[in-house]
Amino acid sequence: MTSIAVSTTINDDDVEFLCQPDETLLDVLRNRLGLMGAKEGCGTGDCGACSTIMDGRVVCSCLVLGAEAQGRTIETIEGLANGSELHPLQSKFIEHAALQCGICTPGFLMAAKALLDKNPDPTEEEIRYWLAGNLCRCTGYDKIVRAVQAAATEMRGESA
Amino acid sequence: MSFDAAYKKQAFKSVGTRPLRPDGVDKVTGRARYGADFNMPGQLVARVLRSPHAHARIKRIDTARAEAVRGVKAIITAADLPDLTNGDAALFAILDNCMARTKARYDGHAVAAVAAIDEKAAKEALGLIEVDYEVLPHVVDVDAAMQPDAPILDETVFTTGVEPAPKAPSNVANRSEFGHGDIEAGFAQADIIVERSFKTEQAHQGYIEPHACVASCNPDGTADLWVCTQGHFVYRQNCADLLGLEVSKLRVTSSEIGGGFGGKTHVWAEPVALALSRKAGRPVKLVMSREEVFRASGPTSATSIDVKIGARKDGKITAASATLRYTNGPYGDMWAELGAMTSFACYDLENVKTVGFEVLVNRPKVSAYRAPSAPMAAFAVESAIDELAQEIGMDAVELRIQNAASEGTRSSYGPVYGPIGIGPTLEAAKAHPHMSAPLGRNQGRGMACGFWFNFGGQTCTDLNINSDGTVTLAVGTVDVGGSRASLSLIAAEELGIDYQDIKAVIADTATLGYNDMTDGSRGTFSSSMATISAARNAIEVMRKRAALTWDIPLEDVQWKDGHAHAAGTKYGNLAPLSVKDIAAKSGNTGGPIAGHSELVADGAGVSFATHICDVEVDPETGSTRVVRYTVIQDAGKAVHPSYVEGQYQGGAAQGIGWALNEEYVYGDDGRLQNPGFLDYRIPVCSDLPMIDTQILEIPNPNHPYGVRGVGETSIVPPLAAIANAVSNAVGVRMAHIPMSPPRILSALNRKTGS
Repeated sequence: MTSIAVSTTINDDDVEFLCQPDETLLDVLRNRLGLMGAKEGCGTGDCGACSTIMDGRVVCSCLVLGAEAQGRTIETIEGLANGSELHPLQSKFIEHAALQCGICTPGFLMAAKALLDKNPDPTEEEIRYWLAGNLCRCTGYDKIVRAVQAAATEMRGESA
Repeated sequence: MSFDAAYKKQAFKSVGTRPLRPDGVDKVTGRARYGADFNMPGQLVARVLRSPHAHARIKRIDTARAEAVRGVKAIITAADLPDLTNGDAALFAILDNCMARTKARYDGHAVAAVAAIDEKAAKEALGLIEVDYEVLPHVVDVDAAMQPDAPILDETVFTTGVEPAPKAPSNVANRSEFGHGDIEAGFAQADIIVERSFKTEQAHQGYIEPHACVASCNPDGTADLWVCTQGHFVYRQNCADLLGLEVSKLRVTSSEIGGGFGGKTHVWAEPVALALSRKAGRPVKLVMSREEVFRASGPTSATSIDVKIGARKDGKITAASATLRYTNGPYGDMWAELGAMTSFACYDLENVKTVGFEVLVNRPKVSAYRAPSAPMAAFAVESAIDELAQEIGMDAVELRIQNAASEGTRSSYGPVYGPIGIGPTLEAAKAHPHMSAPLGRNQGRGMACGFWFNFGGQTCTDLNINSDGTVTLAVGTVDVGGSRASLSLIAAEELGIDYQDIKAVIADTATLGYNDMTDGSRGTFSSSMATISAARNAIEVMRKRAALTWDIPLEDVQWKDGHAHAAGTKYGNLAPLSVKDIAAKSGNTGGPIAGHSELVADGAGVSFATHICDVEVDPETGSTRVVRYTVIQDAGKAVHPSYVEGQYQGGAAQGIGWALNEEYVYGDDGRLQNPGFLDYRIPVCSDLPMIDTQILEIPNPNHPYGVRGVGETSIVPPLAAIANAVSNAVGVRMAHIPMSPPRILSALNRKTGS
């Protein structure tokens, strides 16, 4: 098969890569671009460990073809912090012990970022349903929900 | 220096606080490296060919066409993994499980593997490997496998543990028995007897990270393995044994681990990756797909359990017995035995007997899953006790309090208990507001208790005092849920310095002595004991350095609050020396300062929990929601309470999934029907409520700070607590886990007679 040349924007950087027509965005990120923060937990869009944001929407990057990134804007976990300053979601996940093994964490953070970008003041139920596409086997989600609530509060400029 | 591990009461400065975990930033920025996040120069991609049959003789494997595929560098079968197990049945089971030798014993059993320059070539080659199977009759159900006409999985297996030794092969690998007293006499004294049979289906640990490794065998006989594992020293031993390598020449580095829960305690594909690398002469990366994880790695047992409990009208249990049949997969192990040991461990019983049967079936080799075997036994026993309470007309908590084990009780599996937490967790449950909160329509409340042994084991730790006074702590127990934070707290406490000045790392197998794996809730328990010992050894060195600096006798130097003090008024003008002061001068006082520890961490205190659960059942669909959940558990001493709570919540959530949804579904052909997260549905965020926790601290007398393991017990009570809640909600005793909507609907239909 002939490779396809793709031009895209990832974490605000212009990126060009070649990929096979059947190659997923997840494989491109991990194997061609060295962006290994997105994880493959299932490869079938059921676990959300590979969640990234494409043109403002959360996607499972295992269900997106690399070629589909052409002309799009993609955000990955590697771009969530502003240099050495963590995003409030990142800080709150650590403060609230919202991760144990941490394999699902990049996916949760990207999904939660997309939520808070869209809805700065979500209810617990809205958080739980928004994050229902991301599996965590360690925490029982309690501390994840609390971390997202705390980050939302901080981002709204309110005190917790 | 001899190490005194006895508990000593003290006021803690660091232990019990909740600082940020040291690996947090790496994990929220995507920089933490897991099994699949590592690459080597010239690395090949491996794929495994798996049996589509539940049971089949392998007559011939022809790899010629596959080898001709461009880009294929090595293909292996069992012939490339010769049997070096020397009669060690447990090791042979691991070998045969890694690569089928004469028979494929379950759907998904590996039969060959390919290493190629890319996935495309590897997949093409897999499709060209010709395997000639003779399909054999199979059996996947635990009760069916025990029938006299069941297909025999292994003609060399004769049931052990029975007299006289049987003459015919059987699917029952072993019978075990525990207990004391005279159960017949005990049942004769009972006013009420509850007798019931239960079933539980097979669940998977469901770690989000599939098994992954990079193996590199070098021409000089050395080898490296990067792998996600709960125990890299154990993996080193397994792989060295199976491949005939010298232990010292195989260096295993544990990656960050993306969940294990028992499923990453022995090797699955790592020897295959090493054998491929040896044959190809290049590094090989092997990552399982999710489907492979379900079909061919570690689920827990499916079970069938009969329980009989008798009591007097006043609530005193006079006798209890259980017969437990656990699937083992194709190889005999001790899963039913663990169930038989744990069944009645919460109670003080005069007459008790449990019998366990290890049953071979054509399902994947069973692996440990968090307090392995205990949740199913607790489901059966705690359901029966709930029913007993109802028949007597007693409160379910009160009945348990009346019969609870306490210090001095001879446990149902043998040992006599020291100070334990079952009574206190029950009293806490009784007093908890959750127990008296009102219930809504279609709702029910249940509670249940759970027990786990906990384990100590071999442990080795190095603590290095750096020249600036900061400390590097090297431990050999893999961090599965925040242990680097808790062990740093322990080191800070013992040395009397700040948590921020400690950096804990997981050492690889070449840089530290042997450590048992992170299982049995031993990570923080055992490595904290070794850390305390290592810190005390380092303090001894620092006392000597202070004595040398001051030119005074060693016995006049005392260690207090992170400083060496010159004791006595005659040294009134000597200011105390801090760790930083002593470290700064170390180059001139004898060189580097370190403390080492090697020990067997005996005395892991047993662990108990009581859970309370409210559910709401939709009578039209049978769908069940957990609406409130409370975990009460003894931690001995909670080193980092946030991560103790995390263990409680995580275990409860796993138990909720198992109780309500998760099960391996097999077709008549013996093939697994749901090897994916879509059809094997673990709880998602919207399925669960907040999970409340209450940490009790009954010090373990065998640990300097009183620590007990906390990781596993939290999965033991949920199956029963939820089953009791559902039974109370629908008015029918639920005796089959998971209580999926069809099972609940069918129970409701039986009740109404429709």
